[in-house]
This record gives sequence, structure tokens and C-alpha cells, in this order.
Amino acid sequence: MKKLFTGNEAIARGAYEAGVKYASAYPGTPSTEILENVALYKKDILAEWAPNEKVAMESAIGGSIAGARTLVTMKHVGVNVAADPLMTYSYLGVNGGFVLITADEPGMHSSQNEQDNRNYAKFGKMPLIEPSDSQEAKDMIKTAFEISEKYDTPVIVRMTTRVCHSKGIVDCYDREEVEIKEYVKNIKKTIPVPAHSRALRVKVEERMEKLREFSNTTELNYFEWNDTKVGVITSGMSYKYAKEVFGDAASYLKLGFTNPLPDKKIKEFAEKVDKIYIIEENDPIIEEYTKSLGIECFGKDIFPAYGEMTSDVIRASVYGEMKESLEYDEEKVIPRPPTLCAGCPHRGFFYEIGKRKDVVISGDIGCYTLGFSEPYNAMDLTLCMGASISMAHGVKQVFKMKENENKRVVSVIGDSTFFHTGINSLMNTVYNRSNTVNIILDNRITAMTGHQQNPGTGYTLQGMPTIEMDIEKIVRAIGIKHVRKINPNILKEVNDALDWAFELDEPSVIITRWPCALKKFSEQDKEEFKGAFQEKCTIDEDKCIGCRKCIATGCPALSFDKATKKAKIDPAECVGCEVCLQTCPVDAISVVKEEK
Amino acid sequence: MTKSILLVGVGGQGTILASKLLTTGLMEAGYDVKMSEIHGMSQRGGSVSSQVRYGEKVESPVIEVGSADILVSFEKMEALRWLKYLKKDGKVVVNDFEIESMPILNGKADYPEGIIEELKNKTNTKVIDGTKEAKKLGNVKVMNIILLGVLVKSMNLEEIDWQRIIKENVKEKFIDINIEALNVGMNL
Repeated sequence: MKKLFTGNEAIARGAYEAGVKYASAYPGTPSTEILENVALYKKDILAEWAPNEKVAMESAIGGSIAGARTLVTMKHVGVNVAADPLMTYSYLGVNGGFVLITADEPGMHSSQNEQDNRNYAKFGKMPLIEPSDSQEAKDMIKTAFEISEKYDTPVIVRMTTRVCHSKGIVDCYDREEVEIKEYVKNIKKTIPVPAHSRALRVKVEERMEKLREFSNTTELNYFEWNDTKVGVITSGMSYKYAKEVFGDAASYLKLGFTNPLPDKKIKEFAEKVDKIYIIEENDPIIEEYTKSLGIECFGKDIFPAYGEMTSDVIRASVYGEMKESLEYDEEKVIPRPPTLCAGCPHRGFFYEIGKRKDVVISGDIGCYTLGFSEPYNAMDLTLCMGASISMAHGVKQVFKMKENENKRVVSVIGDSTFFHTGINSLMNTVYNRSNTVNIILDNRITAMTGHQQNPGTGYTLQGMPTIEMDIEKIVRAIGIKHVRKINPNILKEVNDALDWAFELDEPSVIITRWPCALKKFSEQDKEEFKGAFQEKCTIDEDKCIGCRKCIATGCPALSFDKATKKAKIDPAECVGCEVCLQTCPVDAISVVKEEK
Repeated sequence: MTKSILLVGVGGQGTILASKLLTTGLMEAGYDVKMSEIHGMSQRGGSVSSQVRYGEKVESPVIEVGSADILVSFEKMEALRWLKYLKKDGKVVVNDFEIESMPILNGKADYPEGIIEELKNKTNTKVIDGTKEAKKLGNVKVMNIILLGVLVKSMNLEEIDWQRIIKENVKEKFIDINIEALNVGMNL
């Protein structure tokens, strides 16, 4: 059966065919759709969203130790969160096969950095596989599980955005049932106290030697002989890009298995070609290894050290120019920056806090990171998941040491990010007694990655109703004494809550609770947020004085007509959150009930 | 010979459904097909692109600068944003439809004028009034399938059984209108 699959769908299919029984993940672009698609194989695979990547990794490790083939997936920076269990699980080895998918982001389409997670394979001494299209992604998952079980090791599969989100034709097969292995207690393998770890450490080195031999013989690493004047050593999507540029005018050593690298194959290739280009995305890992074998080659000296290695980039690096294209005035094109959607429950909060002076706002990872941008300008720093609360604490502690530094320090974090790693940060704030103002924007869903359930939503990934974590109870249990829950669409509530919190000498939490405007409502949502997004607002042109106060809410449903000097609302966009209505000094904005 | 089609627009305009139908049709017609999508960070309103490549054997899913055979733009300004990806003698199909981006909405910039003229000056350009045509069919949302119809005609892909592809991939109550929309597009 042939299917047109994205790389992520192909990974899910590969996991299904490989007999995976259990999978865990935390959503993150570009990896999210892997588990969403694994979850569709409900009968055969238990798939779960974990609160964060470390928990996902550990759950999957437990599943592997218990004897099932298990899969864990995350975006590249997620592996940092999960690195602690991963590095030691490499020593322990597996029972049921264990595969980690890392989805890297050359070019940073929706990430804060461009780290090359192939380094984790080297660092943690684990085998590494790099698919270059959907078919390979599916096939290599099966191979990865075989390697994992044969060599008693976790296996890392490195995807990149373009492999994850590109579609290609994939041959699909039936599922191969793999029995859950027997669990036998074996503390020398599963309790890494120093005495055991020293023995495991030796085994890891022996394993790597065996895997080096595997790397030299596996079909995952293959030659493609054409003209031998130019030889290209490459992996992942870079192979496809290189083929577009060189075609049959070069020979290739295509590497699908890249840790450990195949020394013999690389030497053999080098002997037969006149000139070698190493084409790889992000770090010069293949290049440095090739050079360590005493082989001359061109790599990051001619190709960029960062960004995607697309065909036009390769072409420009090798031949000095891209293909000819039409020339025109590109500056004429106005940017189309991402914006908070019409009806976004974050808007009211950012509109109000953006007006405050003498604040430092520490943000986090989510749609609400856009609070930094125009017209809100309401964020000073962000870093990684969960960092808002803890960075704010550190800023405050140092501000306290300064004379005349009276700035209030505010943290802003979403519901899913709070569950991810915000809880520990808030413990620190309480424990070490700073008085930050902590805002939890609870929009009832993990929004930015495309609406995934989380511990606060009441449902699991596979749709099972479950216990809903109560954010207010959690923060009170941690020791926050001052908690307010508000509707962020009511600006007075937002303002009052901020005034109240800014006066406190102790840390506070403000929970804004209103659903994402794009959320598919559950029965509970329909009850709690009755009437939400059912209305539209309109502007009375005769009353409008053109003051642009409503425009400052940054709502894409609102626009300002320069000719008439009036604001207007696009009824196709507006969902009636009424935030703009509250900003109008002359009551020109009113609600019209939507005709149904 | 690999052909490259670049579909661009603004999030919410239906480029994803159009490219899904297109790639499914191409696959069933026996072509090797690759497609790459990059969507902006936010859920709605960002610049979106679907890159479709087909032929006997396709390597990269990503279209290089200066190599698309056709650029189909669901929004006027987006055509200009992506024009550098078009071959020098490539075709443009542009929907005469404006979606103002945030700097324009809040009055900090003006929607650029003369885009259609500029496109026509540079290359073979077909202008479609997708809104008007879609309204005639009674649903402005089928603009995307009308544009798909124009694309199918421009790339001489009429032989593919698009009716069946639509039937198999579109919700039942929208099948008829989408088939009509495709036919309208193919005859514009």
C-alpha cells in the first residue's frame, strides 16, 4: 500500500509496523505530529503526552525495561530537558527496544536555537540514524528497534524540520507483532550505583566498537558511484539537496547511520574520488571525523556553519551563485509577522501590562511569547520552557541588592508550560522568598503546537477523560498565599489584579482563565465559557474619533483607514472578545449578536 | 524532468487542502511527488507556503530560488514575497485579493500598490478574481479550489481524475461545490 506521508506520519507508521507498544512525548515543533499519529493506532499502541520531555523519556525507559518496544519523541531542545535520564540509560541498555526521535531545526523555523542533537549521540555513546525522506523515516524506525535490541542500547533517530514536515510516497506494510519481553530483575543492569556503572561503562565501549563494525557493513551507509571527480559525503536531508545540485556529476557516500561513523567506508570512498565535499546540516560532525582519518575535504570552510543546507545554499557555496531569478523591489513587500489571533485570551493581559512602566517582564515559550512584539512591547526576556518564573526570581533577587531599583518583576507563563517545568520554578520563588508577580495564562490547551491536551485539560492524548490538575490548588499547595483568578478579556479585572499584586511584599500568582479562540470546546468548556466567541463587535463610524486606542490592542480583526481616519472591524475575523470595546473612549464599539 | 509548483498565501486561506489534493492527484497519476510546508509560528494570519515537486524521481522537497515552474499566490502581496523562487520564464497565477498584515492594519504601513502591474511586467501572469468566482458559487471559502483548477489547467494536468480525488478527500457536504469550483478554475 502506497501512502503520501510526512516524515512525522512515516515515523508513526514505522513505529506501528515495528510492533511498538508504548510511546510518550511532549509536543514541540517540528516533532508534535509524530505522537498525534501514533495515537491513532489506538488498538495497538498506548500513546501519552507527558508533562515534559524528561518525564516522557523516563516513562518510555520504564516501558522498555518492562519489556515493550517503546518510542519517545521530542523537539531538539526537549532533549536537553530529558538529557539526564538519557545519558545514563545509555549505560543501562534496554529490554524492549528503545528509540528516541529528536526533531532538530536547522534554520530555526520555530525554535529558539539551532543545536545539533547528533552531538548527543556522540556525547552519550549511542547509535544514531538520520533519515532523509519519509520512506527512509518509516523503514529506519524498524531498523532502529532491531539495532536497539541486538546491541542492547537506546537508539537516537535525528529528524530535521524538512524531513518531519515534507511529504513523500511511502510503501506501507502490516504490523509485525513483537511480544512484550519477560521482565527479570537484574540490579547490575538497572541500578547504576558506581560499582555497577563502572562495569556498564566498559560494556558501552565494547558496544561502540561493535557498532563501528556495524556502521562499516550496514546498508544504511552506502556508495552511489557516478563521476568520481567529485565525491559528496552527506546525511539526512542534505543528501537530497546535494543530489539536486550535483546529480550524476558526483559520487556519494550516503550515511544513514552516523554514530559511530564508518571509518572504513569513508577511507574507501576517499581513495576513489578526487575531491570531497562534506555536506551536513548544522555542526561539522562528519567533517571533523573525516579529517581525523587524515582525509582532506571541504566542509564548513565553504558551506555555512548554520541554517539549512538547501540546494540553493549548496549551489551558492560551490559555484558562487544561485540560479537566475527575476529581479524586483523586494522592499515593497510589507512583513507579515505572526500575531495573536482575533479573540486570543492573551490580548487583554498584554494590552494592560504593556502600559505599565517600571516593570521587567520575564516570558516563556508559547503563543504568548508574541507579547514581546508590537504593539504590546510587554516582554523583556525569554529563554526556554519554564524559565519565566525562575529567571524573574533571579532578576528580583539581584534588584533587591541594588539601591533605587524599584522595578516590579513579573513572570508570564502558559498552562502547559507551567505543568512542564514552571511548577519547580515557582517552588523556588516561594522557598527563597522573592516577591515576583507570576501570571499563568491558562487558555485551556497547549495552543502553539496545534492544540494538544495537557494535565490541565481533563483529557489524555488518546481521548480518555482523566483527572484535571487544578492550577490554583497547585500554586496554593506550593505555598503561594496570594492567588487571583481572572477573566483576561475584562480589562478592569486585569488592571485591578496587577495593582493588587504589585502592592504585595510576597510572591503572587494571577491565573487568567479563558480558552484559546481556536479551541474545540469540550462539554465542560461549553458550560464554563458559555457564549464565548459567539458574538461580533462593530464600530459606529459616526462616533469613532480616530484615536486608535482600539488599534493598540493589536487585533487582526481591527484596521485603521488612513483616508477616513476611522477604525473598522472585519466581521469575518471578529469573534467578539470585547477587548477593543473596553478601550474606546467614546463608546463607538458595540456588540452585535451573531445571526445563527 | 521534475516540475516545481509553489503555492503561497496567508494562514487560513486553504493552501494546505489545495496542496493535499494536488499531491494526492499527482501520486495517483503515477508521479513521484514531494511536498514541503512551512507555516509561521502563529495559528492564523502568517505567510504560508506549500512547495510541490513532481516527476519521474524527485529528490528534494524544497524549491530553490529561481526554479519554480509556476507560482500560485492566494494573496496579492504574497506573490511578490515569493517571486524570487520563480524561474525566469515561469508563470504566476495570482488571486486579486488583499489580506492586510499587522503593520498595514495598524496604519504603520500601506498595502503596496501596483503589484499586478509589476508581476505582469516581469513575467507571464494570470490574474484571478477568486472572491468573485467563489461568491458566484455561494461560498467564498472555495477560492482555494478555484485556484487549484487554474493551476491544473496551467500545468496540463486535466487528465487526472480530480473529481474522485475531491470525493475521497473532502467532507461530504462540500464535495459538490468543490468539484464545481475546480471546473470553474479550469475554465478561467
